[in-house]
Amino acid sequence: MLCNICHKDTATVHLTEIVDEKVVELHVCQRCAQSKKGLIQEHFDFSGLVGAFADEGDDKGGPQLKCANCGLDYQKFKKIGRLGCKDCYLAFKALILPLLKRVHGSARHQGKFPVSEKSKMPVESRLNRLKEELKKSVEAEEYEVAASLRDQIKKLEEESGP
Amino acid sequence: MFEEFLDNKNSWINQGDSSPGVVFSSRLRLARNLSDFFFPSCLGPEAVEKLIDRFKDPSSYLGGNGNFAFIRMADLNVIDKEFLLERHLISRNFFSMNKGGLVFSQDERVSVMVSEEDHLRIQVVEAGFNLEKGWQKLNKVDDQISQSFDYAFLPELGYLTSCPTNTGTALRASCMLHLPGLILTQKIEKVFNFLNKISFTIRGLFGEGSQALGNFFQISNQISLGLKEEEVIDNLTRVVTQVIQHELDARQALQAKHKISLEDIVWRALGIARNSRLINCKEALAHLSALFLGIDLGIIKDIEKETVNNLFIVIQSAHLQKLEGKPLNRNERDYFRAEMLREKLN
Repeated sequence: MLCNICHKDTATVHLTEIVDEKVVELHVCQRCAQSKKGLIQEHFDFSGLVGAFADEGDDKGGPQLKCANCGLDYQKFKKIGRLGCKDCYLAFKALILPLLKRVHGSARHQGKFPVSEKSKMPVESRLNRLKEELKKSVEAEEYEVAASLRDQIKKLEEESGP
Repeated sequence: MFEEFLDNKNSWINQGDSSPGVVFSSRLRLARNLSDFFFPSCLGPEAVEKLIDRFKDPSSYLGGNGNFAFIRMADLNVIDKEFLLERHLISRNFFSMNKGGLVFSQDERVSVMVSEEDHLRIQVVEAGFNLEKGWQKLNKVDDQISQSFDYAFLPELGYLTSCPTNTGTALRASCMLHLPGLILTQKIEKVFNFLNKISFTIRGLFGEGSQALGNFFQISNQISLGLKEEEVIDNLTRVVTQVIQHELDARQALQAKHKISLEDIVWRALGIARNSRLINCKEALAHLSALFLGIDLGIIKDIEKETVNNLFIVIQSAHLQKLEGKPLNRNERDYFRAEMLREKLN
């Protein structure tokens, strides 16, 4: 078996880890084991080993997948662990989603939206955020801000209907 | 270049109070990519230049108030770059890439690496344990930049990054902690294991791939997707609070059970720092760490914490060379470093 990191030498170090109730195996050669010692020892750090943790994806057409925008193919992504452009996320979606879930325990964004995209944020998330801000502004006795937030919440609730 | 930073008095590591110095600084960064460029790993030199061009005038997208400047990495010599690395304004990765650019505020609290692993790595640093304050500032800077540029973003996956370990919020929050108590009591392994189990990372002084120097460690979140930014900050705050408590407990145990040994370590460190003629950076950091602990525990009373704080920074290679105004070889650096310690500590 070839090393999951350099893909050149024979793997002699074999690691098994349970991530998100799935068994993840890592096979590396002596040289990579030495140079990546820190990473492997702290095997909670995926950044240097992303490629090794990505699925082969044979059943999902992994070996043939290629991003039409930047030209990166899935095999190369597995090797370098870095995506080439935003469209790679769509081109490799079937394989990236399980990888994200494995690394983060979730594949659903809950954080902020860019200013220009805020209107696309789900109404419920927007309402929750506004309500949190309202609570904070009341606690800070910033009543003008609170009044404006209250109006925004009311408007949003009316728009989204019962 | 950058000599003016030497007068900044390292505001970001100066805690400005007398509380036990466990958390030196809080650092937060967001990774952002523009939607109309390939990610940096797929960008050719010409495209990198085009990308840099968009960010070379910070006042156009950050306003004039922050006093921001921009430099191209290719225009810097190796000492300048090492100097920026030592001040944590650039990453080790960026240091070795020799391309891209850096946007920074004059007070060094806000900086943006352009064309590192992602198009933008926006960083804010605060002195002490101040994650929430740092996040508020970073969030504002990010909103401001996003009004001028179109980010690579999908509503369901969040901010799209070069490496899938950053996808989502693309937020990495970290605290730099001084943990001599946990090292001396050999309990640091337990902390490593604890952090490991709950998906947090602990690394050396210069982040990814670096060793622990001077008993400094960076603790950061590992997970960036599926949580709100505020939750990431809140979780890290809780974790760091626990580690601080373990460190303080360890210090208390040392004072109660190993008082003389502890004092011996501290006074020997001061003896060496005040008398050596040649000293390398690693050894100097180790002694400064002991001095810092000694001041925290009231063993040393006649040295200001701020003096040691500042020494942690200025004894590093590139800083010494900036201060001397010329390149120095290893032996010369060891000589000037020892001289600096004697001068500041006697």
